[in-house]
Amino acid sequence: MTDPRPVPVALPVAHPVGPPVTRPRRDALLPSLHEAHDAAGWLAPEALDAIADRLGLGRAEVFGVASSYASFAFTPRPRRLRRVCTDVMCVVAGAEAPGADAPGVVASPCLGRCEQAPAVLDTDGGRAVAPVAPAPVPQPSTERSLLRRVGVVDPSSLDDYRAHGGTAALGHARTLGPAAVRAAVTASGLTGRGGAAFPAGRKWEAVAAAAGGPKYVVANADESEPGTFKDRVVLEHDPFAVVEAMVIAGFAVGATTGYVYVRDEYPEAIARLEHAIDAAGAAGLLGDDAGGLGVPFRIEVRRGAGAYVCGEETALFASIEGYRGEPRTKPPFPVDAGLFGRPTLVHNVETLANVLTILDPAGPRPETKLFSVSGAVTHPGLYEVPMGTTLAEVLDLAGGVPAGRTLQAVLLGGAAGTFLHPEEIGVPLTVEATRAIGATVGSGAVFVIDDATDLATVVLGIATFFREESCGQCVPCRVGTVRQEEVLHRLVHGRPLGLVAEEVQRLRDVGAAMRDASICGLGQFAWNAIEGAVDRFGVFGAST
Amino acid sequence: MSGPEVAVTVDGRPVVVPEGATVLDACTAAGIDTPTLCFGDTVAARNVCRICVVDVAGSRALVPSCSRPAEPGMDIATDTPRVRHARRMVLELLGSSVDLSLTDHVEEWNARYGADPDRFGPDAATVAQPVKVDNDCFVRDYSRCILCYQCTDACGEQWQHTFAIAIAGRGFDATVSTEHGVGLPDSACVYCGNCIEVCPTDALMFRTEFDLRTMGTWAPERQTRTDTICAFCGVGCTLTLHVQHGVGDDDGDRIVKVTSPHSSSVTAGNLCIKGRFGAGHVHP
Repeated sequence: MTDPRPVPVALPVAHPVGPPVTRPRRDALLPSLHEAHDAAGWLAPEALDAIADRLGLGRAEVFGVASSYASFAFTPRPRRLRRVCTDVMCVVAGAEAPGADAPGVVASPCLGRCEQAPAVLDTDGGRAVAPVAPAPVPQPSTERSLLRRVGVVDPSSLDDYRAHGGTAALGHARTLGPAAVRAAVTASGLTGRGGAAFPAGRKWEAVAAAAGGPKYVVANADESEPGTFKDRVVLEHDPFAVVEAMVIAGFAVGATTGYVYVRDEYPEAIARLEHAIDAAGAAGLLGDDAGGLGVPFRIEVRRGAGAYVCGEETALFASIEGYRGEPRTKPPFPVDAGLFGRPTLVHNVETLANVLTILDPAGPRPETKLFSVSGAVTHPGLYEVPMGTTLAEVLDLAGGVPAGRTLQAVLLGGAAGTFLHPEEIGVPLTVEATRAIGATVGSGAVFVIDDATDLATVVLGIATFFREESCGQCVPCRVGTVRQEEVLHRLVHGRPLGLVAEEVQRLRDVGAAMRDASICGLGQFAWNAIEGAVDRFGVFGAST
Repeated sequence: MSGPEVAVTVDGRPVVVPEGATVLDACTAAGIDTPTLCFGDTVAARNVCRICVVDVAGSRALVPSCSRPAEPGMDIATDTPRVRHARRMVLELLGSSVDLSLTDHVEEWNARYGADPDRFGPDAATVAQPVKVDNDCFVRDYSRCILCYQCTDACGEQWQHTFAIAIAGRGFDATVSTEHGVGLPDSACVYCGNCIEVCPTDALMFRTEFDLRTMGTWAPERQTRTDTICAFCGVGCTLTLHVQHGVGDDDGDRIVKVTSPHSSSVTAGNLCIKGRFGAGHVHP
């Protein structure tokens, strides 16, 4: 039936539909919403309409954008707020969702303070009330590379940063020049630390080579993968490192503006980063001749508003631009058409921190990886280990499972990750080795589960998380995450619709469609951990 | 054919399409009938319903054919088990949550892909909600809304630049809304009805059609379409008058709906309030 001849075709004349027009100052929308929300504690209709009128946007559009974020309230709520983390790590540690009778207490997705589980965050007008928690880095500073200044330097002092090796990489970059800096990043073999492990050097070369400008450097600090808190620790305790790495990146790829997109749940990190940017500007590290590199570079901080999906790079761009945090179709990729449709280098905070160790004037330091360890371990915290370290060694560093308890499973890579059996913890934590056992390093979240925890409850918690965080744009994820949660809810409560095997088949069918047909990684990985729990742990008696 | 061309393979068959054509165009050129729901011919493809996905060699996830440009050498498969499964699940997920009873082709596609929307049980969450009847021109029944984004795009940057509606909320609770959910009379709506024109599921419906359906006298088989030119101003929009012969006790002719051809170089399917809803004077 196949006809080998090419088929000519005349297309219908399409009406010209250009790309969306980005109107002036649309990107002021999210900061404006925060300003109003911080002042009043909620967003009154009049406030939203006033913002729309001031920015020249449709009132419906502004309402649509604002209502896509979980941080904003649309009915009166106190400015002073206590956020209670109700994600799996904290629920296992005993967290309970606040009742409706406590107006200033709200449930929150993962607060990124899993080492403190059960975690709470007190804010007033969006600012943290309590002092910054001590850096959760149990290893001595001499055993740390990326984290060597964490807990050691005064994060508010540029002088102290310099006294501890800060800006040395910048000086080295100045000597090398942009092309050699890019070559060094490529030669290092550095891969993205946000979860996808894409080779960083390829992005740097692509952005440098991309036609058109201005170009942007974006630091993705929307660290929202449950169980992950590494970027928070770096931003809170070594903020100048992120600034320095971004200046170098801008110099190397020809970008003049940088954005750091920090999640709303990290007010301390935002405050310290903003202070570092001001201090760096005053000292000439940012500005018309940033760091004496002969090119301008400036950094803006953008605060997220409670949306896991905004950790996806294209949704992050949309959020900065003042649109709903919804992922965009790739291609085009960010290196060609990213923020504001321009060539953009976007990296996770940990990836950027690696730039400084690659450009150490004494030569590149050995590659390391950060792991956020939480759950049933003696010393939860952030650990830095040489690439290739096994999961068992990381657990040992964290003091192992407390005495009298038994390891049941490790959730590696967060809600989008994989459950590992105790006999699998010998796996080296590399992209290749974890892939070989059907797992992923992901964001480096290591959540340790002991035998006192019901795995099915953890699985249901993950499903609830994805249902609540789906942006709603594409059908497989919008409805699939709901159907997945419904099935798991029935199974956990012992009320299956028909046979358990039929319910498991529904999960598989929905999961496969989400993985194959969702627009972004949220939907594509929303079934990942659950599939493993079903297939490899037999949580519903369906182990194969 | 003039201009640069792109050669691809669809289900093993070589196909040549003009540069800029989509994978969907290539499939159509190969004689493949691809289901689409959110795709419209007058607004940019949003690829959100995902029913048009195909398997492209070298791509981990399935690829939305409606929006992806055909690239030289692309090896496209339209009927693999993965494609069939994804399409079946899109039909089951939408069919179990949205009222698709007025959506074209759904029964045929359910049969083609073996979709059973009832398998999620009677308690599966839906978007069912009361019809919004708040003006004389059209109604909004978001129980039928699949969130294709076409109405918001037509109202906004792509055609009308009115921005009366937008997607609001998130996840399964996302919906098309005015600011704060106010009624259309309190919104920026100018009643051009261009949202109705692009709606693929009849969630947006002329008030006349809604009322006749409610009375049980809506009869497409007794309707004819006549093209004319709008007489209200000098732009010269083509109007397609949908005339029903016999409405209830009245055996005369009634204009029940006004549209405009998408192929019209003047309107591209769009009208203003006068052309769309201003036919009342014909029936004094």
